[in-house]
Amino acid sequence: MWPITRQIVRVGLVSEPAPEPEIAWRTDAQWIQSEILRILGRALSIRQVDAGSCNGCELEIHALSNAYYNIEGLGIRFVASPRHADLLLVTGPVSRHMRVALQRTYQATPEPRLVVAVGDCGCTGGVFGENYASCGRVANVIPVDVAIPGCPPTPIDLLKGILAAVDRRPAGSSRDFRP
Amino acid sequence: MPIHWAGLSRKSWKSAASLARSVGGRLVSLWGSDRRPIDGQLAVNAAYAVGEGLAWITLPLTDALRVYPSIADVFTQAARMQRAASDLVGLVPEEHGDTRPWLRHDAWPVGYHPLLSDCSGQETFDAVPDPYPFVQVEGDGVHEIAVGPVHAGIIEPGHFRFSVVGEKVLRLEQRLGYTHKGIEKRFEGQSPREAIRLAARVSGDSTVAFGWAYAMAAESLSGCTVPPRAQWLRALALERERIANHLGDLGALGNDAGFAFGLAQFSRLKEDWLRENGEAFGHRYAMDWIVAGGVGTDPGQPRLDRIARHCDEVEREVARLQTIYDEHAGLQDRFTGAGRVSPELAVRLGLTGLAGRASGVAHDLRSDLRFAPYDALAPRCATSSAGDVAARVAVRFDELFESLRLVRAIAVRLPDGPIHAVPPDVATAERGAGWVEGWRGEIFVAIELDASGLIRRCHCHDPSWQNWPLLEHAVIGNIVPDFPLINKSFNLSYSGQDL
Repeated sequence: MWPITRQIVRVGLVSEPAPEPEIAWRTDAQWIQSEILRILGRALSIRQVDAGSCNGCELEIHALSNAYYNIEGLGIRFVASPRHADLLLVTGPVSRHMRVALQRTYQATPEPRLVVAVGDCGCTGGVFGENYASCGRVANVIPVDVAIPGCPPTPIDLLKGILAAVDRRPAGSSRDFRP
Repeated sequence: MPIHWAGLSRKSWKSAASLARSVGGRLVSLWGSDRRPIDGQLAVNAAYAVGEGLAWITLPLTDALRVYPSIADVFTQAARMQRAASDLVGLVPEEHGDTRPWLRHDAWPVGYHPLLSDCSGQETFDAVPDPYPFVQVEGDGVHEIAVGPVHAGIIEPGHFRFSVVGEKVLRLEQRLGYTHKGIEKRFEGQSPREAIRLAARVSGDSTVAFGWAYAMAAESLSGCTVPPRAQWLRALALERERIANHLGDLGALGNDAGFAFGLAQFSRLKEDWLRENGEAFGHRYAMDWIVAGGVGTDPGQPRLDRIARHCDEVEREVARLQTIYDEHAGLQDRFTGAGRVSPELAVRLGLTGLAGRASGVAHDLRSDLRFAPYDALAPRCATSSAGDVAARVAVRFDELFESLRLVRAIAVRLPDGPIHAVPPDVATAERGAGWVEGWRGEIFVAIELDASGLIRRCHCHDPSWQNWPLLEHAVIGNIVPDFPLINKSFNLSYSGQDL
């Protein structure tokens, strides 16, 4: 136990002012948190769906959970079921083999639901485009609120995009999130 | 890289497989191609790692004769690759029992083979339900657990069908192909220089390895010689990719065994590492940084000095964390004995790469072939013979330390000179191949050009093809809750094998 405790103390809190190149991060973090509180009044639950990506976007979505971005500290949580989710975070292009699974995941998400398409492929189909096996961008399969460009988008861009989706909700609809 | 091509007759196709097997060779890849626009023939290809190099052999077929002798009885790992060649090119193996589709689900009908030259690839079809017959396990108390394609975490999609009694896994059957997005069709007609962007997106976590293997293939087409500094810089990026993935997976393995501290610590180290990548390569994963002929930018000596110093720091941190992992009774209890693949089974079924080395299959292209610049770096091949999760964790730690040593050595000893050679516009060969040891195992890319110098066929092979079937064996007799841990210890690519 002692080496573990010592390591935790040695490392300290890294979520505080981040080193370069993310100087703007601290301000962003506070802005993001106040936005979440303002708009939702509580936590945001995300169900991530890989609908055919190269797994590059997943690497950066994973990075959101590290101590630097500390997404849980912002009140944002990844959940295991679409039934627990407020927002679907979808990477693509949507393969034709994932089309039905994505539609069912969307239908299983309670309304009001938000959809954020992630990455150049999620936005446009990217280098893969549309073909016999690919439906292209996420919006070709389910309605999308915000599309975050990037290949893959950085964790900061992911956060900004998620917040942009939350902010797009019509005024007063935050009540929908309350029990 | 010593890569040789040969066309074979029908009779010698099968004996070549047996010969490769008898001399301890490995099947690296098997794929079909439609060469009718070039020489009027269809072809099935195999790549074997034998002795000091790779043999790419081709068996020509015709419109009238699209069957070829199966080699799945010699190399069992060929079975899924043969099923894929049947789906994509319509080439059918003789004497092979499992005729179920592999990459084709319901998006396109039987009889449509997207990689044939008479298909544009833009055809679309109404999905026709096409039930996949899973192997049924019967007996008292046996039931099935179906998982996926949408998994409960941030993971790629695939379907796992467990047959269990109580908590014990009797059988696992995988159904992959969900992320098939027509990558190989997309390559057709592109110029070899431009298509590297597509190769870099076959499997995002191996973007450097695929980029390098593709670049190597493209360079061999035109006889382009890459400057030494560019070779060294490519190795720098490849080792950094290996380290980034090992850091991430070692943390995730701790987490999957209930040790969140491990994830917190390793993911912090990984983030530091990725930010340094961003500064050195202009991209956190060095995507598109490798180009045909060399690399895109030079990190410069001041940055390389910082990289070398950072290696010292990471080494100290990882050593500390390794001690904590090794001494943590709860963690070791979960790791030891879980998901075991015996060395005998590993050899028989062709386990490769990192997972192979953890089951005594001591192959690593960096130490076996010493391709430049590894000839000057003398990399050590990390191995274990235990074959369980603990062994795969141990091999990852060993490789992490060795790669840190290599990154430091490269940063210090990197030769001066240009970082890019302009590849000649005109190809001098119609076939080119690249072969690189990625973090997961050997990555192979084969390119065939048409008469106008554009890509007729580009095949990208991820070692996950070989290792997915072994995961089915590794979980037999384990309990269901250990599956995520065992799965993570392999961490195979879905996109890389679905293409």
